[in-house]
Amino acid sequence: MHSFPRWKIWLILAVLVVSLMGALPNVTSLPSWWPTSLSHPMSLGLDLKGGIHLVLDVDVDKAVSRSVEEDIDSARQALRKAKIRYRKLAAEGSSLLITIKKPGDLDAARSLLADTFNNYTLSEAGNNTFKLTLKESVAKETRKFAVDQAIEVIRGRIDALGTTEPVIIKQGDHRILVQIPGYEDTARAKQLIGRTAELQFKLVDEKGDLDKALAGNIPPGDIIMYGPAQSRGGKQSYRQPYLLKKRTELSGNEIADARVSIDSRFNEYAVTLKFNSKGARKFDRLTAAHVGERFAIILEGVVNSAPVIRERIAGGSAQITGSFSPTEAHDLAIVLRAGALPAPVKVVEERSIGPSLGQDSIDQGMNSIIIGCILVLIFMAIYYRMFGMVANIALIFNMLLIIAAMSIIGGTLTLPGMAGIVLTIGMAVDANVLIFERIREELHIGKTPLAAIDGGYDKAFSTIVDANITTLIAAIVLFQFGSGPVKGFAVTLSVGILASMFTAITVTRAIIAAYTGKRGRIEKLSI
Amino acid sequence: MQLINPDIHIDFIGKRKIALAISTLMILISLGTLAVKGLNFGIDFTGGTLVEVQFDKAPAIADVRAGIATKGYSNAVIQQFGSPKEILIRVQNKQGEKSSTISSAILDGLGEKFGADAIEMRRVEYVGPQVGEELTRAGIMAVLISMVAILIYVTFRFEFRFALGADVALLHDITIVLGLFAITGKEFTLPVIAALLTVIGYSLNDTIVVFDRIRENFAANRKRKTPQDETTMVNDSINRTLGRTLMTSLTTLLVVIALFFLGGEVIHDFAFALIAGIMVGTYSSIYVASPVMMILANRFQSNADEDKALEARP
Repeated sequence: MHSFPRWKIWLILAVLVVSLMGALPNVTSLPSWWPTSLSHPMSLGLDLKGGIHLVLDVDVDKAVSRSVEEDIDSARQALRKAKIRYRKLAAEGSSLLITIKKPGDLDAARSLLADTFNNYTLSEAGNNTFKLTLKESVAKETRKFAVDQAIEVIRGRIDALGTTEPVIIKQGDHRILVQIPGYEDTARAKQLIGRTAELQFKLVDEKGDLDKALAGNIPPGDIIMYGPAQSRGGKQSYRQPYLLKKRTELSGNEIADARVSIDSRFNEYAVTLKFNSKGARKFDRLTAAHVGERFAIILEGVVNSAPVIRERIAGGSAQITGSFSPTEAHDLAIVLRAGALPAPVKVVEERSIGPSLGQDSIDQGMNSIIIGCILVLIFMAIYYRMFGMVANIALIFNMLLIIAAMSIIGGTLTLPGMAGIVLTIGMAVDANVLIFERIREELHIGKTPLAAIDGGYDKAFSTIVDANITTLIAAIVLFQFGSGPVKGFAVTLSVGILASMFTAITVTRAIIAAYTGKRGRIEKLSI
Repeated sequence: MQLINPDIHIDFIGKRKIALAISTLMILISLGTLAVKGLNFGIDFTGGTLVEVQFDKAPAIADVRAGIATKGYSNAVIQQFGSPKEILIRVQNKQGEKSSTISSAILDGLGEKFGADAIEMRRVEYVGPQVGEELTRAGIMAVLISMVAILIYVTFRFEFRFALGADVALLHDITIVLGLFAITGKEFTLPVIAALLTVIGYSLNDTIVVFDRIRENFAANRKRKTPQDETTMVNDSINRTLGRTLMTSLTTLLVVIALFFLGGEVIHDFAFALIAGIMVGTYSSIYVASPVMMILANRFQSNADEDKALEARP
């Protein structure tokens, strides 16, 4: 047998040292001088740690139609200023439809609309009607902004839960992945994340006739909204109607702070809102101008209360009441503080794991790895004797290398990932089986032991590469298409395959070379 | 110690008719069951809600059902999961229902029935209808793409007919494993797709080892004065690699069986797919891939035949 190249021995030793150092943070704490790149333990996936995993879908089209609706107001003002009378002004998806009353105003309206609405393309739909369509580039920006803003809002809400290392990231164009490790109250988390928390303040139309409005005759510029469902006199789910001015005087954007408080009248939990300086100024002006009228507080489309303005209130605050439990009040304060979502979000996928299942999975996964490993070690030792022991050393090295590689590249260990490691144990020895079977064959046809070892390694090499590459192809495809935990399986399988090519070929050969080199002439191989 | 006598000589190719009959039968049964009974798709693909609950003592299924029924989910599928204390509850998505709240309602219902301290949430999974469709598409794509990628790689490394032989063997394996899932009614989930892809990789691994030896034998044969016929060479290749094939299957089976028994209920079906796949894959790399490759040799002329044809010309 030719002498084993020196540099390969150094390479093996270097890999061994780096692997040992890289794997160490998983078992013990480290001194401060330890290299930072080698001091991260493997991170555990949510399925092992326990926690909440949600995929949210942001209704981005709603964000677009909402911004179009907001532009109705500017259209109204612009037309009024130019004294152009209109018959109809409505939003329709990402378009605004404007019907002009007098054909003589058409030219003026055309140039006015074209000048005012740079974000829209102007077209004519006949019948004195203009159609303003939001430009796709603007709509796209609005959608993107809605998702980004939703992420910020949700981050604010989750941070208030005080959990460690939550993950909130964008997934695709309009989805958000939320992971909250170690948190198990899925109902509360979903409540907290999913609320739009849209807060509006509108004036009650005291002059309007509520009964007529309910009959269908709503005064222009007014809107009917309802209070929360309540049972009254045995009749269930009665909802108090209110006739409100359509215009939103103040919104959640003008809130500086929201805190849980005790409502002094009923001794109930409530949430007290404090306006920011802009909001306080508006509130001041509004209360001054509307003393004696009612002012409705609307939370998520439901009129929470409509107290009478008794006097001008400077630097005011408002209170949201209801029969809140402490947690409900607390959560409401959280969502109001973090701000409203720019568009509704919907949970489209959830995978939450309770802490006990996570721990059970770790235990069972570790058991499978250890027992699987011991079985293979025994089997190899019996079947290939000394060569089997060499393969076993390589297998243990392989395990070490997988743990180190996963720690260094920052991979996440999941339950399927542990299954991938188990599978790797079985398949890692395959390279050695191929080599050893080949050596046996070479011996069988009468080659000397050393020539048989050389022949075995050389002839098996291309087979090992071919066989491993095909498995690697499957693993890479799995990584591309798999989701969450399944990706973890693809990662450990790939890392394991790559590591096994090194340990099963290079490492075993070095050990065998060292052994045969020392012994000089060898009569018989223990294989 | 040696499992296989180094002088072993089994006429695998000669028995190809029997193998063909067995394989055809298994595939027909698989396809038939798949067509009639179909796969028991998990919520990853159908969409729906799954709740795993651990009780402090084994509950009666009827009580569990009663607790859930108070919340309006009397049509839920309820089963034990591993131990009698573990209960798995599945609810289908309903049109127009805000489904992400189903799990909370179920847990509330059980809490009211058994007492909040008597139950513990182990796992909640909810897959919306849209996500279910996406996952199904991604799963099918993954299997198809890996098969095409492998076809390309094997064509590149060997010959086209080898690649076809390998892919036929893979289809054979996947069909039978799927058939087994249909027959046993085991739940077909995302991890099972992962297992299928691994089986593809594994079965191919076995096939490639045999093909590698065939290629080596073909190359050696061209130098020989009295060339052997293809059947002898293919047979010899399978026989020579038989020890390795069985040995690797054994070590892999050992660990996967450990996974099956020790890995816990969550990856039970995943391990089952691997065990079935490894056994079928081992069989197919011996009895399916090479014979198909040889049958195809008569359809697509091999290089060796072309060489002969060229020599025969005046």
